Amino acid sequence: MGLEVLLKGNNFIRLLLGLSVALKISLVSVVISIVLGVVLGILMALKNPVITVVSRVYLEIVRIMPQMVLLFIVYFGSTKALLINLSAEAASIIVFSFWGTAEMADLVRGALGSIPVIQYESSMSLGLDKFQTYRYVIVPQIIRRMIPLSINLITRMIKTTSLVMMIGIVEVLKVGQQIIEANRKSSPNAAFGIFLVIFLMYFLACWPISMLSRYLEKKWEN
Amino acid sequence: MEEILTVKNISKRYEDITVFQDLNLSVKKGEVVVIVGPSGCGKSTFLRCLNALEDIQDGEILLDGEVVNSGNKDLSKIREKIGMVFQSYDLFPHLTVLQNLMLAPTKVKKRDKKEVQKEALELLERVGLLSKKDNYPRQLSGGQKQRVAIVRALIMHPEILLLDEITAALDPEMVKEVLDVVLSLAKEGRTMLIVTHEMQFARAVSDRMIFIDGGKIVEEGAPKEFFENPKTERLKKFLQTFTYGD
Amino acid sequence: MDFEVISSYIPKYIEAFWLTIRIGWIGIALSIVIGIFTAFVLHFKVPVLSAVSKVYVELFRNTPLLVQLFFIYFALPKIGISVKADTCGAVGLGLLGGSYMSEVFRSGLDGVAASQTESALALGLSKRQLFFYVIFPQALSLSVPGVVANVIFLLKETSVFSAISLMDLMFTAKDLIGLYYNTTEALFLLVVFYIIMLLPVSVLGSIIEKKLVVFGH
Repeated sequence: MGLEVLLKGNNFIRLLLGLSVALKISLVSVVISIVLGVVLGILMALKNPVITVVSRVYLEIVRIMPQMVLLFIVYFGSTKALLINLSAEAASIIVFSFWGTAEMADLVRGALGSIPVIQYESSMSLGLDKFQTYRYVIVPQIIRRMIPLSINLITRMIKTTSLVMMIGIVEVLKVGQQIIEANRKSSPNAAFGIFLVIFLMYFLACWPISMLSRYLEKKWEN
Repeated sequence: MEEILTVKNISKRYEDITVFQDLNLSVKKGEVVVIVGPSGCGKSTFLRCLNALEDIQDGEILLDGEVVNSGNKDLSKIREKIGMVFQSYDLFPHLTVLQNLMLAPTKVKKRDKKEVQKEALELLERVGLLSKKDNYPRQLSGGQKQRVAIVRALIMHPEILLLDEITAALDPEMVKEVLDVVLSLAKEGRTMLIVTHEMQFARAVSDRMIFIDGGKIVEEGAPKEFFENPKTERLKKFLQTFTYGD
Repeated sequence: MDFEVISSYIPKYIEAFWLTIRIGWIGIALSIVIGIFTAFVLHFKVPVLSAVSKVYVELFRNTPLLVQLFFIYFALPKIGISVKADTCGAVGLGLLGGSYMSEVFRSGLDGVAASQTESALALGLSKRQLFFYVIFPQALSLSVPGVVANVIFLLKETSVFSAISLMDLMFTAKDLIGLYYNTTEALFLLVVFYIIMLLPVSVLGSIIEKKLVVFGH
């Protein structure tokens, strides 16, 4: 079945290291996305016409352009247009943050808009000032809505980083291919074992996070 | 007169909570029976048991001599004979008013479309909603929705109509338009079993009043007696909650 | 930008465009079928099938399409299951999409008010009639926004097809960049064709969502 290749030398460790490359890129991108996304989301909620138009266009670009295309544009285009040689890692982080920020901003805006006006009014009528209203009433509700969705964004980010092999980053799929190539003679069936394991590795990386997100969503319903 | 509905010693329990126990009731053809009682006394659950939306633990429900229970294979045949209108209208939101009315007669009774449509339009006219036939439920007011729901039950030609607090979710100014429809149905001799909190309406529409409290029938009688000379303390207290001042 | 280069590349892109569209929409159709079937099975808790569906949905929701395609295309032949690249693309997209569509249709089914069931039963509708005339149409329209979002997502996901050597838009762009170094033109056309593919769907989707009646409560 080609599983024996995994036990040869440090092949399994190499795959794990490959996965960690993808995970590292997604982690950095998620952090950037959350920070920028929250800022942009709040800006969007202000309903300034200029910001609204600009962010609409930005969100629509992200909505319809495959991350793969963006990756190509930034990676191959930057060399040509800006005459800088962006590393593949830097290009991926830029693209995934560009995408993640838009997703996050939309979540933040949605969460801000989902709090009924009556919540503001009733806390004001209880004598809470504006700051207290936000601090004790609005923000806690928003955070409860946001956290499960943001966690969900992490799993989507991890899945998306599998694309980086297409611009030459040596991550888990690439390592897998290298191992299969190197053992072509001794284990002709290595592809099955290797890709099965990579499949399961991704699943084990994403599934617990998905479960956590779903658990929190259920717990904080209403 | 012949009995349409007979309820013998039925009980309803959830786990260890008893909703009601050993209830008996019979309704004759053309009779209008109104059930009142405090919230949570089990009167709505009782109605829901009558067409097997809830199952019963003991006793027997007979409609026209046929047993109604949730295990019965011909349940939908029996349900055709029992019309039910709910507090929350529950029109089908994806269908127009006319489609709402025609769904069950054409699909369940397999009646001819043209004929059903003709009848639907007549009934709509009668409740003053002919102009709304092509509207969707969301475009209607609460009172209008409830009148459509009544027609939707009527068009199945039920032998008995069960009305479960049909005005409880309505704005006060819409209550009358719905109750007027029910009053006119009573006048033409429909058999009805009604649960309501509208005491004046109950008195006007009923042939017989029933007071349920704590899962039991505490008192029953003709409306005049029932409202003017309640025999039990519990009914007296209950009726007092509907009057202010004195 | 060199427009002569662009016009000479256009036929190549059009060919790749149709390939992407064809496989993409077959995959999407497949995903809707799988989604409705598994949602039905999960909603009604059909024994065995619902357990299988559950495992399937979790597995495919939590792994990248690229990895799924590699598994189907490179690994399965080793145990005797060989599929052509375009079949692999459509099936892979269908399986990934099915797991997403399943969630959408399931929450659509869950979203139909319980009181709808009661009033339909009270009218004498059978269980089958209840499902087909009352529950299913409402669940479908509750699912529309989610389906639209998934269709856009899946069309975007087609961009990884080049990894299993399907000559799609990405493949064509990469090929041209590698062969002739006309990076700007190749990328420009890539963007244009993806806009042609996705913008109409996105706009149409927004229109449908706005027109869509929000049922019930």
